[in-house]
Amino acid sequence: MTASPAPGLGSLAGIAASVRAGERSARAVLAVSLDRVRELEGDLHCFNEVTVEAAEADADAVDRMVRSGLDPGPLAGVPVALKDNLCTVGIPTTCSSKILAGWLPPYDATVVSRLRDAGAVAIGKTNLDEFAMGSSTENSAFGPTRNPWDLGRVPGGSSGGSAAAVAAGMVPLAFGSDTGGSIRQPAALCGIVGVKPTYGVVSRYGLIAFASSLDQIGPFAITVADAALGLEVIAGHDPMDSTSLDRPAPSLLDTLDEGVSGLRVGIVADFLSAGSECGDAVVAAAEALAAAGAKVDQVRIPELLLGLPAYYVIAPAEASSNLSRYDGVRYGLRVDGPDAETMNARTRGEGFGAEVKRRIMMGTYALSAGYYDAYYGQAQKARTLVIRAFETAYRDFDVLLTPTTPSVAFPFGSKVDDPIEMYMCDLCSIPSSLAGHPAASVPFALNPEGLPIGVQVLAPALGEAVMMRVAASLEAAAPRESRGPVTP
Amino acid sequence: MARLARLALDEDEVGRYAMQLSAILEHVDAVRRLDTADVPPTAHPFPVENVLRSDTERPSLDREVVLAQAPVAENDRFRVPRIMGEAP
Repeated sequence: MTASPAPGLGSLAGIAASVRAGERSARAVLAVSLDRVRELEGDLHCFNEVTVEAAEADADAVDRMVRSGLDPGPLAGVPVALKDNLCTVGIPTTCSSKILAGWLPPYDATVVSRLRDAGAVAIGKTNLDEFAMGSSTENSAFGPTRNPWDLGRVPGGSSGGSAAAVAAGMVPLAFGSDTGGSIRQPAALCGIVGVKPTYGVVSRYGLIAFASSLDQIGPFAITVADAALGLEVIAGHDPMDSTSLDRPAPSLLDTLDEGVSGLRVGIVADFLSAGSECGDAVVAAAEALAAAGAKVDQVRIPELLLGLPAYYVIAPAEASSNLSRYDGVRYGLRVDGPDAETMNARTRGEGFGAEVKRRIMMGTYALSAGYYDAYYGQAQKARTLVIRAFETAYRDFDVLLTPTTPSVAFPFGSKVDDPIEMYMCDLCSIPSSLAGHPAASVPFALNPEGLPIGVQVLAPALGEAVMMRVAASLEAAAPRESRGPVTP
Repeated sequence: MARLARLALDEDEVGRYAMQLSAILEHVDAVRRLDTADVPPTAHPFPVENVLRSDTERPSLDREVVLAQAPVAENDRFRVPRIMGEAP
């Protein structure tokens, strides 16, 4: 039942330095990663597909560059895992849905090509809640991922496969997408670092759309420094995504160790009652920051509680529109029918799982004539109120602290039949998604059962550098055993 | 709603979703009841306008590669069942 600490592959900088110097081959690093996958994948089911041959070819390409005196890049030889909603040429990209099973994308996501250009070696596609809708990976059409800290519990979601793969030491870096908490929540439940960047900092080109005004891609890693490097590599303007912000990638590592002296840190009091042991961790985290020289105070921002109901109108509305493309015509599953409409409906009825159908119907309802103003229109206004409340709070504070999640990792099956109970997992992570702000989850404590608890650091738009500095200070104050990698 | 969303559901599903969607609507009712006089809606966190690129030719996706992923393709096209009904 109890997980034990595992050595892992070491820091990204360490791996890349040794590969660049020719002291260790990318192929040798890959072998360590793949051995770990072979050892644990049967228990954990982190991957929809492990792409051994493609990974070996990529690793060999890195090693050839080193031998030719060329620099493969800042992630030279670093094995990485990609959430299976990121398009990869010639490698099935399924969103863990029957409707896309076996689909081979004709192009790579920008994030995927940037990682390759930086010398990283992708080892496979990780499991998720179908179309990134869920908080446990139990909504995957291919079976759930298990939490390496306790195999009877969920890893969180929707990016549960990526989080569990890092937490189990299979890869030192993985990528997920976050719409309402799908990076931060599984990071917290798996005892690792997860970062959702400011909306527009990372290109969404090649990320299969769920809710386009909220989706962002971000990294999972064991340490704050590794997550910062992972984000630096994938960030920056991309002409292929018209919502990509036209500015250079943020520089995070340079200022990571500058500490928190003089920074104004606000504890969001409205979320402390959300879960006592997670709330206690936030108070302890704030004390650690105060001891490091930060000015800490509590702040009430009751408008943030509007986030959850507003999100569960806006995200399904956008999803119902985005997922209309799965019609059995151009790609994926088709279930035949006598006419096009019957074919569409049968394909979608059979191809989508329960949660996806629920959200498509919820979104269709919220957008339908007669209910549009009452639901979608009102939710968009509630979104404005959340943004304004953040603006007011950030006049007095540089960053805000909340629990990442109301509770630690929960047992399989405990929430799956009650959508509202599952949606509550996103209570603390949703507000910054609605505002487009960055947020990071840092492992900070273990509960009495030995399960990890994450603390969430929020910052205003483009506040990644200060957010990561605070995250690094929290990491320095947290007990080592509160973070992965672990062996189940 | 299922018809609007083009989802074929069985009897069981219709009953279950009706119940669950009612519960969800009840939960999001806080938003419906909110006083939002004078509050503008937000559709996007950072409105970016007039994103243009230079009008230069570039290769599009290869037709064969794209059609290879189609459930049914014929004569360089996607094949679909009848769309129009019989004439009245």
